[in-house]
Amino acid sequence: MKILVAVKRVADPDNLNKIKLSAQGKVDTTGLEPKPSPYDDYALETALRLTENGTNTKARLGEVVVVTFAPKDAEQMLRAMLGTGADRAIRVDATDDALDGDLVARGLKGIVEKEKPDLVLLGYQQAESESNEVGQMLAEYLGWPQATFVGHIQSEDDKALLVGREIEGATAQVRVTLPAVVTVLDKIVKPKSVQSKPTPATHAYPEGVRFAALMAIMAAKKKPLAELKLADVAADATLKVKYGAAELPPKRAAGVKVKDVKELVAKLKTEAKVV
Amino acid sequence: MAGTLVVAELSEGKVRKSTFSAIAFAKQVGAPFAVLSLGAGASEAAKDLVAFGAQKVLTVDDPSFKDYVCERVAPTVAKIAKDGGWDTVVLPASTFGKDLAPRVAAKLGAGYAPDINLVKVEGGARRYRRPTYAGNAFSWLEIATPVHVVSVRQTEFPAAEPSGGASPIEAVPRAPDDAAAARVQFVKLEVGKSERPDLGEARVVVSGGRSLKEQFKQVLEPLADALGAALGASRAACDAGYAPPELQVGQTGRTVAPQLYVAVGISGAIQHIAGMKGSKVIVAINKDPEAPIFQIADYGLVQDLFVAVPELLKELKG
Repeated sequence: MKILVAVKRVADPDNLNKIKLSAQGKVDTTGLEPKPSPYDDYALETALRLTENGTNTKARLGEVVVVTFAPKDAEQMLRAMLGTGADRAIRVDATDDALDGDLVARGLKGIVEKEKPDLVLLGYQQAESESNEVGQMLAEYLGWPQATFVGHIQSEDDKALLVGREIEGATAQVRVTLPAVVTVLDKIVKPKSVQSKPTPATHAYPEGVRFAALMAIMAAKKKPLAELKLADVAADATLKVKYGAAELPPKRAAGVKVKDVKELVAKLKTEAKVV
Repeated sequence: MAGTLVVAELSEGKVRKSTFSAIAFAKQVGAPFAVLSLGAGASEAAKDLVAFGAQKVLTVDDPSFKDYVCERVAPTVAKIAKDGGWDTVVLPASTFGKDLAPRVAAKLGAGYAPDINLVKVEGGARRYRRPTYAGNAFSWLEIATPVHVVSVRQTEFPAAEPSGGASPIEAVPRAPDDAAAARVQFVKLEVGKSERPDLGEARVVVSGGRSLKEQFKQVLEPLADALGAALGASRAACDAGYAPPELQVGQTGRTVAPQLYVAVGISGAIQHIAGMKGSKVIVAINKDPEAPIFQIADYGLVQDLFVAVPELLKELKG
């Protein structure tokens, strides 16, 4: 199976409460370490699990290509992902200001037409814009099936995927015939969330994503990393959505500490009047 | 005609409450609007949509829409939007709306404003505001295409109330499925069993963290019962298997904004806070005085939850 994983570099998702506004009213993430959007890391882990036998992860049984739309300094992230196990990387040279979700989807379509993967995997949303749109738009532009909010994947002979979509209060089990677009939730990196064609049903992965071994990071320097221009993959770079200024939401002030349960209940009854 | 097409969310032939948030958006924008009731049993459900001031309620009642499959539904929504000349298509920002809206937008060549919490109309131009950066920023956007597709955050658009009147109901034909629909098979729906109010709609939410361990239910259920509350959980508690995954509150779980949110043994990770900080009153019970949850709690109690919760229960009943 050949899988394309779309990834995005974002400001440290665990410290987004430290963002500021610039004089122009734009979000300023200075001081926050650039990291892959966590759900994209989960998508990469999913792709690796689907292209190996979980009992022998050293043998690669498929191909995983990571792609990002970003300036040159994002290559560090791609190199790290090659170290983690991706086979190739593609960087489409672009800055965030020149992109919207629709253009990224059209650009990915251009890449899919060249690469012809069986599956495109994405995080269900990225950690900064949280738009949750690229996968669905890409599926439409390709005329492919989409499966979003996916927390479980079982490969059926690499021809179809049996997926669990986590919706409000329920899981919808859906079978999609490949090629398809799938977007994943954090639950996808639980020990038994992904079962590839050769992986036995009893196999349990360690919790979470894998990390690159030092040897692998060294070896990854020789793995191919291609650079493309935006015009190579999308003929029309017109944006449909334009982001303007941002604002900081009203801060929730810390309230009071109560000394005991009695005081808490009294406050809830007489002050907040919610019980 | 120019105006807004509201796509209703149906479940088992019933209108979901999220729909009324999308109707609230249409009313705020002010232009004439229609509501589209699409699904198996959609004509029956349409009767619950006629008293909101819509110009008409359109129905596509088709057994093939019984189980939601985007590749079946999207072409019909796009066709009705196009044929009706509606310039805005609005959906609730539930998993249904978030799955469907981008595909519809791509079909219509329309810009998409996802998960908005505010809309401003100034001199004919419309600006949308949405939470970004895990709720740490509100970003404004404008759509450059003539047609807009929007999904609205249910917690920020209070459900529209019926205003009387009776919008005419009009059955409309469905469009052919996307070719891709042939490659999607709906297998089954596994519904989490719960006698409690739905997390997204409950007036009170009692939420627990990982420190509850195997006693998650034993400790929190009586409190939730006493408060008539829905149960929620942190991601850590769900990941560890102490709480079922459908209880997760936060970025990858549900976004809630109840009148009262009681966080029990929850430290307050950024991704959790993003899903509950719109709550009216927040109570935090945690033995760690440094827990970040206290920075946003209206009432904080530094105490071991295994002592505090039973006491709280006694006090509430007493």
